[in-house]
Amino acid sequence: MKIHVTDRDGGEHELEATNGWRVMEVIRDAGLPITAECGGACACATCHVYVDPAWVDRLEPRGEEENDMLDLAFEVQDNSRLSCQVTVTPELDGLKVTLAPE
Amino acid sequence: MTGEPIRTDVTIVGAGPCGLFAVFELGLLDLKCHLVDILDRPGGQCAELYPEKPIYDIPAVPICTGQELTERLMEQIRPFDPVFHFSQMAEKLERTDDGYWRMTTDVGTVIESKVIVVAAGGGSFVPKKPPIKGIDAYEGTGVFYAVRRMEQFRGKRLVIAGGGDSALDWTVNLQPLAQSLTLVHRRDEFRAAPDTVNKMRALVASGAMSLEIAQIGGVEGTDGRLEAVILKDKDGERRVECDTLLAFYGLTMKLGPVAEFGLNLHENLISVDTERFETSTPGIFAIGDINSYPGKLKLILSGFHEAALMAQAAVRIVHPDRKIRFQYTTSSSELQQKLGVA
Repeated sequence: MKIHVTDRDGGEHELEATNGWRVMEVIRDAGLPITAECGGACACATCHVYVDPAWVDRLEPRGEEENDMLDLAFEVQDNSRLSCQVTVTPELDGLKVTLAPE
Repeated sequence: MTGEPIRTDVTIVGAGPCGLFAVFELGLLDLKCHLVDILDRPGGQCAELYPEKPIYDIPAVPICTGQELTERLMEQIRPFDPVFHFSQMAEKLERTDDGYWRMTTDVGTVIESKVIVVAAGGGSFVPKKPPIKGIDAYEGTGVFYAVRRMEQFRGKRLVIAGGGDSALDWTVNLQPLAQSLTLVHRRDEFRAAPDTVNKMRALVASGAMSLEIAQIGGVEGTDGRLEAVILKDKDGERRVECDTLLAFYGLTMKLGPVAEFGLNLHENLISVDTERFETSTPGIFAIGDINSYPGKLKLILSGFHEAALMAQAAVRIVHPDRKIRFQYTTSSSELQQKLGVA
């Protein structure tokens, strides 16, 4: 499975993704600059990404906690997600996300 | 302003779980500790990031929250009477002529000790700054991330950004002082305490302040004087004139002055050996999330182990002539006396 990540400079990265991993973990494991300060506890907002509009509706919707934490993020959009709250599944093969500014 | 130096055995930078447990291990070896932390309370990330979240991997504690872990550690180290210097950042480290490390904090506390333990986790918690072009130019004059003195904002035209307790508390508290106040939040729901949210809504209803559901998109001003913030929402942009922006987007961790202590760093972490957890500088140790060595895992339990080994090395620096006997708390009446249980 692959996910496609656009970094803050516009660089595109095709990452090998493992079923069951969080998208944040895939991005972090690849060494891309994602802070993910709390390590995936949905307790900060430093793994903020924008999901490609074509994929937004194919993800599980945001949970309440995730929505609360997005208050601590900047430039929040309708397609904003905390990537620690998105789990890789076969249905998400090809998912496209962009790292949000921080 | 620099105070009279305090002399102690060990200065610990960071009062998170590893710094707290270091007090215990050092205390069993009769070493007194002073701790410096930028937060106003103990617990580090356990207090700031996940006080309510469960932790399942503390040995023999099947489940506890970050807050509970902190409380239990505070109880465990109470017999050793540690001294805390909260709301201060360890800023400067230098060597004295008589072989002590002199640590100075950003508020002028000076602590001198033979041993320094850096247990600073991910670094200092500092306010998150909005990634807005040109905002730096107004920091300290028109843009603030904390309120130190309310009077400073009397008669100002304030914009407050955020939806948590800080934003809402300051909205309610500063509204009577301000000439005008606009609260900006990205959605019409607030994480803050419901009572404060209700007070804010009443102020809005009475016309005493405004609420804008939007995000801060930019700042405008001349010669370092803030004149307006640009709000953005789905419908576009609008301008709110103001002279002060208070932005409350939570805290983030920055390594800060520790990077200037002259220690070998590896990707912003402090390199240590795995026998003593000592840095490249003798007498300075690093434990917990902030250190780096082959095989390192950022786990609280790893930090506890590091604290125990560090303490064995630290006591030999503070008391080079003392013969150190290794003892168990279960069987040593001497250790039990120190713990106040014998």
